[in-house]
Amino acid sequence: MKSYRNIYLDHGASTPVREEVVAKMLPFWTLDYGNPSAVHKFGQTASRALEAARQSVAESLNASADEIVFTGCGSESDNLALRGVMLAARAASGGNHLITSVIEHKAVLETAKQLRDLFGFELTVLPVDEYGQVDPHEMEAAIRPDTALVSIMAANNEIGTIQPVEQIGAIARANGVLFHTDAIQAAAVSSWDMRRMPVDLLSLAPHKFYGPKGVGILYVRRGVEIISSLTGGGQESGRRAGTVNVPFAVGASEALRLAVAERVENVAHYRRLTAKLVDGVLSALPNKCRLTGHPVERLPHNASFAFRNISGNDLLMHLDIAGVSASSGSACLTGDPKPSSVLQALGLGPEWTSGGLRLTIGRQNTDDDVETVLRILPQTVGRLERLNQEYA
Amino acid sequence: MKETLPDYTDSRPPSDDKKRVVVAMSGGVDSSVAAALLVQQGYEVIGMMMRLWSEPSSTQSQKLNRCCTPDQMADARRVAQHLGIPFYVIDAQEFFYDAVVRYFVDEHVAGRTPNPCIECNRRVRFSFLLDKAMSFQADYLATGHYARVKWDGHDYQLLRAHDHNKDQSYVLHVLGQEELSHVLFPVGDYTKSTIRQLARQMNLPVAEKSESMDLCFLSDGNYRRFLKDVLGHEIRPGPIVNQAGAVLGQHQGLTNYTIGQRKGLGIAVGKPQYVLAKDEAENTLIVGDADSLGRSKLVVKNVNWLAGIGQTDTVSVQVKIRYKASAVPAVVAPLEHDRAQVCFAHPVAGATAGQGAVFYVGDVCLGGGIIDQIIADEG
Repeated sequence: MKSYRNIYLDHGASTPVREEVVAKMLPFWTLDYGNPSAVHKFGQTASRALEAARQSVAESLNASADEIVFTGCGSESDNLALRGVMLAARAASGGNHLITSVIEHKAVLETAKQLRDLFGFELTVLPVDEYGQVDPHEMEAAIRPDTALVSIMAANNEIGTIQPVEQIGAIARANGVLFHTDAIQAAAVSSWDMRRMPVDLLSLAPHKFYGPKGVGILYVRRGVEIISSLTGGGQESGRRAGTVNVPFAVGASEALRLAVAERVENVAHYRRLTAKLVDGVLSALPNKCRLTGHPVERLPHNASFAFRNISGNDLLMHLDIAGVSASSGSACLTGDPKPSSVLQALGLGPEWTSGGLRLTIGRQNTDDDVETVLRILPQTVGRLERLNQEYA
Repeated sequence: MKETLPDYTDSRPPSDDKKRVVVAMSGGVDSSVAAALLVQQGYEVIGMMMRLWSEPSSTQSQKLNRCCTPDQMADARRVAQHLGIPFYVIDAQEFFYDAVVRYFVDEHVAGRTPNPCIECNRRVRFSFLLDKAMSFQADYLATGHYARVKWDGHDYQLLRAHDHNKDQSYVLHVLGQEELSHVLFPVGDYTKSTIRQLARQMNLPVAEKSESMDLCFLSDGNYRRFLKDVLGHEIRPGPIVNQAGAVLGQHQGLTNYTIGQRKGLGIAVGKPQYVLAKDEAENTLIVGDADSLGRSKLVVKNVNWLAGIGQTDTVSVQVKIRYKASAVPAVVAPLEHDRAQVCFAHPVAGATAGQGAVFYVGDVCLGGGIIDQIIADEG
């Protein structure tokens, strides 16, 4: 597919791994390949690198190294947080109730439903307002004596809405309930000071901030008990068995370090291009298109739209052929698209909920990229509208 | 059929110099080789599969070789990846259901035996999908059909495939000049065995796959069972009579029978009996001997002349009255309202309302129509 000049606007899905990160990872495949649990020098070299990586992640989050668990991906971090806390709480104190929201990523929602359906826990799924925000007071009202955990994402993957995480965390803490936040989208654009913030568990996925796929990070506040889902050799202080993926842990830590160091300038770049994109799309296609999610409290690199009576799936294919890589909450590889549950949760009608489009800006995107999209998108929408009229 | 395609002529990316073609991929050998040949010929190729409506199927064996199943989709995707071309699946479930499945059921209810592939080509493949392809600013839509298109200096001609045994021009007779100018049939110049050989040579991951079934939307290939499931109580038993009107038995609902059918009638009169006609008004099935089957005259409707202009003169042709029938000599006389009378040189057996009657001169397909009336021979 070399002949396509692609503009990549799907950094919410994944990002290129930075050269600096790749360079840091390289020695741990062919040179320093020991198992970090081994006694010998090879093991000690690997262990040193792993613990340095853990220390580096801790510093990036203003946390302690013993609060950092390396996992296999962001979804695993979410799984471990929910299942780990709920199973531990049941064993320790009879905790039986979990609160989450309707627009969580599936890694949280499906885990919560499994805890309800297969493990007998009780679940409250909070609604969101028209912008996708959870009402902290509604959350507080849902807390019961047996509530063990509240899990609300820091920012939504589809519409970019940022939740009032600190307020929710403070309420949870005041009620003696643990608080987990899935910060997978927000990791590199918000600052995380775990000593100050009322967050007990935090999920991160390095491939969203120019690190490798196949590794996740879970912050677990000191003193919070979790029961491991992967049982075995007791790695990661008994919280996640299995030989730790040293090169990926090293890559994860370096990616996070760079993300934190460059956050302010990156965010400024994202914000400027995103604003240009949003303004351009909304003014080119008034009445046909709306911004989804919160107008202000949103991820700086996320431009999410809904198009009236247009299939987001069709839009993605056309944009791809035109050289623009984007995504949509209702997208489907098998030609059987369903309306976006997130857009439905905002209260949008069926004329909008199949027409989601998400454009997520990255470090290498330029003004030129945005201008090209602003030229292509209205043409594409026009073609799809003409096609729709033919087959109305 | 629409006269023109909608206008999609806005700007193309400036670096594009290759012709762009969307190839309809099914996951089968023919459309896979079609895509591969186009890549070899230097086109910019985009693979596309329509997700069509199909009956929910329960068992694993039912899922084999059906259209649009996850397996077929995975095969098409694998071929596209092998060829390094993009691949997309587009949702056509609702449109296909309305255009083809409903038509299939309604035609049976009306006592006819439709060919849903013809209707699919007319309304879905070379209309809906062609328009989709054009909206991608493609120059052509390619499919794995065995047929050929030729420009004769004035018009685009539809020709029978090089491999006459595999020829599918019968189900393509509904195309117009506009459609023909935008379609490619890359496998039409080859025999099936050559196509399979090419698939092996090119290491296509579907080279050894078997042929797919004709009616892609059925879960088990049994259309009588499907009609019974869909129509339920609307299927009523009634009498089976001979040409003299004597009752010979009971039929299980007229949709269960097709003209020329011999098996499954459940009557014994000493000689093989064939379905001659269905009387919808009386809910009666009329049967007779083999020598009563021959018919010399048909009236066809929805006649399409591929040369683009309405034919007015009587023309001597060869006619195929079913997909697998041999072409037989006949004279076609155009009538008003896109109808035509077909007079065969010798009576033919098995003419069935709802099937296509397709006209050829040599390898050239002149067009065709849908059989509407089968006129009993006088005397």
